[in-house]
Amino acid sequence: MVLLTRKAEFSSAHYYWNDAWSPEENARVFGKCANRNGHGHNYTLEVTVAGEVDPTTGFVVDLKELKDILEREVVSVYDHRHLNLEVPEFATRIPTTENIAIAIWQRLDGKIPHAQLHRIRVYELPDLFADYYGEHA
Amino acid sequence: MMATSPNPAPTSSRAYLSRRYHFSASHRLHTDAFTVEQNRAAYGKCNNPHGHGHNYTVEVTFAGPVDSATGMVCDLAALDSFAQTNLLAVFDHMNLNTLALFRDRVPTTENLTIELVRIFQSFSAAELTRVRVEETGNNSFEYTLRPAPSPRAQQPSESEVRKG
Repeated sequence: MVLLTRKAEFSSAHYYWNDAWSPEENARVFGKCANRNGHGHNYTLEVTVAGEVDPTTGFVVDLKELKDILEREVVSVYDHRHLNLEVPEFATRIPTTENIAIAIWQRLDGKIPHAQLHRIRVYELPDLFADYYGEHA
Repeated sequence: MMATSPNPAPTSSRAYLSRRYHFSASHRLHTDAFTVEQNRAAYGKCNNPHGHGHNYTVEVTFAGPVDSATGMVCDLAALDSFAQTNLLAVFDHMNLNTLALFRDRVPTTENLTIELVRIFQSFSAAELTRVRVEETGNNSFEYTLRPAPSPRAQQPSESEVRKG
């Protein structure tokens, strides 16, 4: 088995807010991330898939195909969008780095031919990132 | 109005959060157990009597369920505050050889990494799974308390099922 990782980038706006809490509680827990006007990041996504190397092509997956899947399922939906306001899964979930990694897993799992999704890594900043290995990991 | 998410978050999703911190410090690799020649042979230019320094990067990884109210594994501000007090205030712009914790141990980055595991294990809001220390861009050291999950067994993808 070989692990293969492909990167993609998207730039998005977001804010952190829990509707069940008062504005004061949101400000206390989320600090400057609770600013309702939002702020943004250049996110880097790393998608790692696991699979066997095809003896004919020498590929685990066709990288062009994987790139197209990431573009269709994630980048075209998230890039230059406001995650809270324009991406359906974040209407009910706070778009933290952790939840973005989980949401991207749910968007991609089962959609990559010939390989098994292994890890989603989302960098919000070069010094802050979240990893998700699926619900049963 | 926005549609409700078709994929609600799993109730107890476990995620891994990693944070990187940076500090600069000097050290000298030398042990009194060796002769001058043995120290020079073992440590090379790192044995220079006056020491030298590095810009260190410390990468800590914590695992835990994603809190349904905050969307977080742990409070990042609390982790940063912990790191400020227990990492940066202790090590940044210091000579590692002068610190009490290296009185009887050579301040190699291996020993530093083990010490940082001990330090970050006392941050109790989430489970520390790994500490990785970059001494330079070309040297890194890591200590794993809990390995990352293994790849799952191969299953056919949706597209392959559809084809079938």
